[in-house]
Amino acid sequence: MSSLQLERVKAHERRPIRLQGVAAIVNRIVEEYGYDKSMLIQVLLRLQKSFSWLPMEMLLEVSKQLKVPLSQVYQIATFYKAFSLTPRGRHLVRVCMGTACKVRGATNILEKIQRVLKIERDETTPDGRFTLETINCAGCCALGPVITVDGEYHGNVKTHNVEKILEQYR
Amino acid sequence: MKRIDSPEDLEKLRRKLRSKKKTDKTTISVCVSTGCVALGSIKVLEAIKAELERQGLVETVNVKETGCLGFCEQGPRLSIHPKEICYFKVKPEDAQEIVSKTVIKGEVVERLLYKDPATGKVARRLDEIPFYRHQVRPLLANNERIDPKSINDYIALGGYEALAKALFKMTPEDVIEEIKRANLRGRGGGGFPTGIKWETTRKAPGHLKYVIVNCDEGDPGAFMDRSLMEGNPHSVLEGLIIGGYAIGAGEGFVYVREEYPLAAENITNAIRQAEEYGLLGENILGSGFNFKVRVHRGAGAFVSGESSALMNAIEGCIGEPRPKYVHTAVKGVWGRPSCLNNVKTWANIPLIILNGAEWFRKIGTEGSSGTAIFSLVGKVNNTGLVEVPMGITLRDLIYKIGGGIKDGKKFKAVQTGGPSGGFIPEQYLNLPVDFDELNRVGSMMGSGGMVVMDEDTCMVDAARFFIDFLLEESCGKCIPCREGLRVLSRILNDICEGKGVEEDVMIVEEIAETMRDASLCALGTTAANPVLTSLKYFRDEWDQHLKAKRCPAKACKALVNYYIEPEKCQACQLCRRECPTGAILGGVEQVHWIEQDKCVKCGSCYEACRFNAIVKLSGEPIPPPPPEGTKPVRRRGGR
Ligand code: SF4
Ligand code: SF4
Ligand code: FES
Ligand code: FES
Repeated sequence: MSSLQLERVKAHERRPIRLQGVAAIVNRIVEEYGYDKSMLIQVLLRLQKSFSWLPMEMLLEVSKQLKVPLSQVYQIATFYKAFSLTPRGRHLVRVCMGTACKVRGATNILEKIQRVLKIERDETTPDGRFTLETINCAGCCALGPVITVDGEYHGNVKTHNVEKILEQYR
Repeated sequence: MKRIDSPEDLEKLRRKLRSKKKTDKTTISVCVSTGCVALGSIKVLEAIKAELERQGLVETVNVKETGCLGFCEQGPRLSIHPKEICYFKVKPEDAQEIVSKTVIKGEVVERLLYKDPATGKVARRLDEIPFYRHQVRPLLANNERIDPKSINDYIALGGYEALAKALFKMTPEDVIEEIKRANLRGRGGGGFPTGIKWETTRKAPGHLKYVIVNCDEGDPGAFMDRSLMEGNPHSVLEGLIIGGYAIGAGEGFVYVREEYPLAAENITNAIRQAEEYGLLGENILGSGFNFKVRVHRGAGAFVSGESSALMNAIEGCIGEPRPKYVHTAVKGVWGRPSCLNNVKTWANIPLIILNGAEWFRKIGTEGSSGTAIFSLVGKVNNTGLVEVPMGITLRDLIYKIGGGIKDGKKFKAVQTGGPSGGFIPEQYLNLPVDFDELNRVGSMMGSGGMVVMDEDTCMVDAARFFIDFLLEESCGKCIPCREGLRVLSRILNDICEGKGVEEDVMIVEEIAETMRDASLCALGTTAANPVLTSLKYFRDEWDQHLKAKRCPAKACKALVNYYIEPEKCQACQLCRRECPTGAILGGVEQVHWIEQDKCVKCGSCYEACRFNAIVKLSGEPIPPPPPEGTKPVRRRGGR
């Protein structure tokens, strides 16, 4: 099985975190990176990937254990697009709005998805099923317009296929 | 794995691997790079494996998972060696036929071959396909032959030979001299001579130095770094180690953007394998040279691709640019000399060391040697990754390799260099593409994104697109960039909505100038390029928006209306079902029409209609709907 697929399976299995265990969880990852301050972004990326968002408690722990000021941790968590300080939905839908996709009609796709899910960009559906985001280029521009759901790519998307694609993710 | 302790051992291993290959059986290479995976190549791979199992051929046939060949649009792609048969658009259902026909009997499955849409000719081998025929592919060709997860594949093809040569037959100065003579210019976009950059870092004071691979290609519409990193990570790594040796660095970093998980995985794996073989780490190949490499993942920020910002990110700080009074080559990561180069630059190094500077200079033009990799995307027939000698004309790229404009439409412009580049109009189609020529017409090479636009693209809207993109991506640290982009965005959005006034053009030009002169980093200084080239070459289109409130390309939403031509409407109801607002009226036997005040201009009906009955109007009055019941339409196939 390819690695891309493995990643998808993991995304489906995201479990809610138990906050009393935060220190332990953070510690495992921090230790793996050898308490190296320069690994701050990498540590946060790992946490983000496993839990799909970064609760405040987690940022506090990271700050404490890596010995970086909380302000810096917070600055990074808000600067980069990969991090989310609020819970994301079970499935992450990302619409590519890069040039190649744009000239092939990405705007219409985005609007269609917004209509189908009844949410705006960067929002989560009330039932927690989908979060909608945009990205600048998914790296397979030859297939534009492209959307990814939980890291799985869909190319040559047409507005009338949107529902079918989203239906696959329950 | 056993450590390799000398160049002789490496040679021995290579000979062993090659002889094993010779007696080797049929190999089926399936592309499992992102593009093909998106089109379902994993299922194809599994189907092939299952079929081999079923027919008891697991022992006699090799299956290889390889990287991208560039023609992703035609994926999933697989090739069968040694016969070199290439199949495109393969489906899992085809597995059985491929195995029983091609693998066992040696016959081709005609329908899976590439068929030239223009001439109808089928192509068995890659070089018979027009898309490939005009390319020269020293960097990309091996992607097909290498399983990116296997270092042995790379070594069998001559991998790490250049490293051995550099370490044992050349001094660091020799290496730099060779790169300088090759006239290799930075493939990240700037085109700065690589050898000179290396020399600066080598000569900079301090004994701790770093080399860095920049795989943060943030330009939308560009994906060559991904393909190279995913498909042939060892070539980048080998280049980096050679660079480390030449520059005198003991440590290297590979910075991979967030959106490329597979690239990060493959390079991490490559590093581990190289360490196990002793091609990385302590005492490489017994030469006494020590070098280690670490992978850093990006976290999604366009501005982090800028060199000083990227170095900040490596330190674990936020990826913001910093003033470069002193070059990063002298004062980079942790204030130490750091040499940063793009993925493609590093991948070129082993080729140059192995084949010599003269070989490299023979490819390309006087000023820009070697090949360039472009991602040719947008409204061309053959989209994909192309590797061509520098100096090829835009026309050859777009028409010979790209197969011309999609759907027989008219060419309007090609956008190169991402948000820092510009639009190039038809009159420059004969321009040879290299670093200097593109600069001359106001655009730039950038990382190699090339987006073709046809008559349906509005050039004002396209300029707005880049401004809005950068507005979102600017780190906001310096005023000209932050505020300049905000005002530009407001003005351009107004123009696209038909609210522009003629003075706007003057303001745009003034802001553009200020931003160019006063911004801190390349994001701000080049931000206005798309706007300026759009204004320069497509002034007429601007005027139409400003004066007639009309969008000639019919792309600006606020300026178009949808209209159904009664003569063409077949009353099929397709559009009516797609319309989200119920703006379309009509029935089974009744010509449809659109109630303009309910229409939100989503374009769904336009896409859905199979009879081209729906048209876009801009700046013209909308004809009234036909009175109800006047034109009953019988469904096709009806009695
Ligand atoms: S030019 Fe823009 S992105 Fe660059 S430093 Fe200034 S504000 Fe930040
Ligand atoms: S453009 Fe959209 S809203 Fe308007 S008529 Fe067509 S489908 Fe309906
Ligand atoms: S622009 Fe959408 S994938 Fe590159
Ligand atoms: S991803 Fe398979 S050919 Fe590009």
